[in-house]
This record gives sequence, structure tokens and C-alpha cells, in this order.
Amino acid sequence: MSPERTRPPSHLRPVAVGLVAAGGAVGTLARYGVTSIVPTLGGLPVAVVAVNVAGAFLLGLLTALAPGERLRLLLGTGVLGGFTTYSTYAVDTQLLVARHESALALAYLLMTLAGGFAASVLGLAAGRRWRR
Amino acid sequence: MTVLLMTLAGGLGAALRLVVDGSVRSALAAWVPQRVGVGLVLVNVTGSFALGALTAATAPGDVRTIVGVGLLGGYTTFSSASLDSARLALAGRGGAAVLHASGTAAACLAAAVLGAWVA
Repeated sequence: MSPERTRPPSHLRPVAVGLVAAGGAVGTLARYGVTSIVPTLGGLPVAVVAVNVAGAFLLGLLTALAPGERLRLLLGTGVLGGFTTYSTYAVDTQLLVARHESALALAYLLMTLAGGFAASVLGLAAGRRWRR
Repeated sequence: MTVLLMTLAGGLGAALRLVVDGSVRSALAAWVPQRVGVGLVLVNVTGSFALGALTAATAPGDVRTIVGVGLLGGYTTFSSASLDSARLALAGRGGAAVLHASGTAAACLAAAVLGAWVA
């Protein structure tokens, strides 16, 4: 019997939850730092776009490098999970729509989605290349 | 003090994300393939709803920073959602990838609008 099979899932193991919490705190502080320093550009929250796209690239890279479970929980689920945010992205878009800035809302929506997608693919590719 | 509490709240939010995502995965394991991040979609939709409500409500700045930027920012995540879409596309499931990316964005935006409306 392999130990993996008898091990409970990560969300039920206190050490795993602790690693994610520690990483999440670091990622959140880093996101706060970036969004505090970088101002909006013509009403567009470019700092949030940059954070989310950069985080998507780094998570792709990390995933392709396939580190051990502890590093994956600390850096992937924790740091990069806490660094990037979906709630701010959704609410920023909603606020732009509420202010009748539809073009800006659409630009923000698509810039983040397309940028994040491309960044994830690039990160995965870069990580695979690095491993070889 | 606000920044310290926000940082701790971010850690709490990330841990909460792991627990909610993991619980949903376990509960749905028999019906939904593990590659599809249903738990994560639920995390992002509920977090967007809560932030929509918090932003529309008249909460003090400190509370917005600690709960909004910290707790809900740490709870929701974009990187994993984006990676899930990319993996679907790289697995040759382009339609599913587009549906996952646009569906998540549409659901979270709708949740944010609903949150602002109820607040």
C-alpha cells in the first residue's frame, strides 16, 4: 500500500493548511505593495492586471517545474494564490460598468483574461524548457 | 496595524480557499473530473459576491483593507483559474478552455453586481 493512498487530502492536514496560510499572507502583502505603488492608468487598474498576469506566469512556471508538495502548497496555492485575486478583478470591472465606462470595463476584462491565459501557457512552456 | 491585520487576513483567506476547494473536490470527486476546478470557481464566485457587497456598503477604510484586500483578496485567486483554462486548451479542449475562462469571469462579475445590489 502506498503512503499517498492512505494520506488524507491536503485541506485536512494542519501542516498543509499552515503552509498555504503562511504563503497567502506573503502573497497578499506583496499584492498590497504593488497596488499601493502603481497608480491607475486612465482609470484602468493596471497594477491588478500586472499582478494577475505575472502571477499566472509564475504559477505556470512552478507547475511545470513540478516541485514537492510542500513547496507547491507554500508557493503555488499560498504565495501566488494570495498574490493574485479574482474578487478585485470582478469588482473593479463592476465599478467601471456602474460608472458607464463600458469600453474601459471591456478592455480590463479582456486584457486580464487574455493576458493571464497567454502568461499561463508561456509559464508552463518556460518551466518545461528549464527542466530539460 | 491595518497592514499587519490585512496580511494575516490574507493568510486566513488562502487557508479558507484550500479548505473550501478541497471540500468541494472531495464531495464531487465521483461526478466531476479532478482537472475541472469546480471548487475554485465556487471560491471565486463567492469571494466576488462578498467583495461586491463590501465595496457597495459604507464600511470604514480599515475594514475594507483588512477584509477586502486581505481576506477576500487572499481567498480568491486568478493564477489557478487562468492555469486551469490554459491546461484545458493545451489538452486540446479549446472550447472547454474558452467556456471555463469566460464562464468564470461572467459568473464572478454577475456575483459582484449581485453583491453590490444586496448591500
